[in-house]
Amino acid sequence: MKLQYTIPADDFTRAGEASAAVKATLKRLGFPSETIRRVAIAMYEGEINMVIHASGGEATVDIFPEKILMELADNGPGIPDIDKAMTEGFSTAPETARHLGFGAGMGLPNIKKYTDELTIHTELGKGTRLCMVVNVAQ
Amino acid sequence: MTIADIKRILNAEVLCGEQHLEKEVHNACGSDMMSDVLAFVKDQSVLLTGLVNLQVVRTAEMMDMLCIVFVRGKKPTAEIIALAEEFGIVLLQSPLRLFSACGLLYQNGLNG
Ligand SMILES: Nc1ncnc2c1ncn2[C@@H]1O[C@H](COP(=O)(O)OP(=O)(O)O)[C@@H](O)[C@H]1O
Ligand SMILES: [Mg+2]
Repeated sequence: MKLQYTIPADDFTRAGEASAAVKATLKRLGFPSETIRRVAIAMYEGEINMVIHASGGEATVDIFPEKILMELADNGPGIPDIDKAMTEGFSTAPETARHLGFGAGMGLPNIKKYTDELTIHTELGKGTRLCMVVNVAQ
Repeated sequence: MTIADIKRILNAEVLCGEQHLEKEVHNACGSDMMSDVLAFVKDQSVLLTGLVNLQVVRTAEMMDMLCIVFVRGKKPTAEIIALAEEFGIVLLQSPLRLFSACGLLYQNGLNG
């Protein structure tokens, strides 16, 4: 099963809608709650990043019985130094993001923590593509 | 304790979810940083926060929480209340500050 969403640019009020929809679908399909939570958190942080750091983008979620694949692609500025970006507490987020409870530099570390595989493809000035895999708990 | 107990202890007003007040809760967390909630929370079912926006409700829903307490008398918008209602999350509003609200609940047996 394949789900696709467009993450709107600069719209903080809608950030998280796609993750909530994915969560509801996985729940309906009867996936274990721990798996659902890991998928939802990883996708939510990714979605928030696309709104704060890029100008929205596309999310694709592939659901298999044994694993969930998520791909978040944006046409934002790209990430100059991935190692640095993965460091807990590193953030270039503007003050506005902090007012919303994000921008503490915990997003990518959270994504790493909750996924089984994380690959980041990024090109400066072109965009970023996050590929995430969560294996379904047996 | 139940959500109704929280309402009483924190002298709170119910903004939505009146029908869920008898639900049992055992753990809570207090934070204004949603990424921290997403990173460290395990099975806490109550979120106390001074932050008021839609992302607070979305974060609570991601974590399967049952109740959000907005401290310092902060008033959420109709849109925030509507989203909480859609998710079946109880919204409470307390005049207390975050530290005092957490302390009182802890004192009354709610764990971290
Ligand atoms: N989609 C993205 N496009 C461009 N830069 C990004 C993107 N996602 C993350 N980053 C960069 O990586 C940093 C760390 O991200 P993250 O850990 O989510 O923290 P935060 O979002 O709180 O800043 C960001 O501050 C930003 O510089
Ligand atoms: Mg982030």
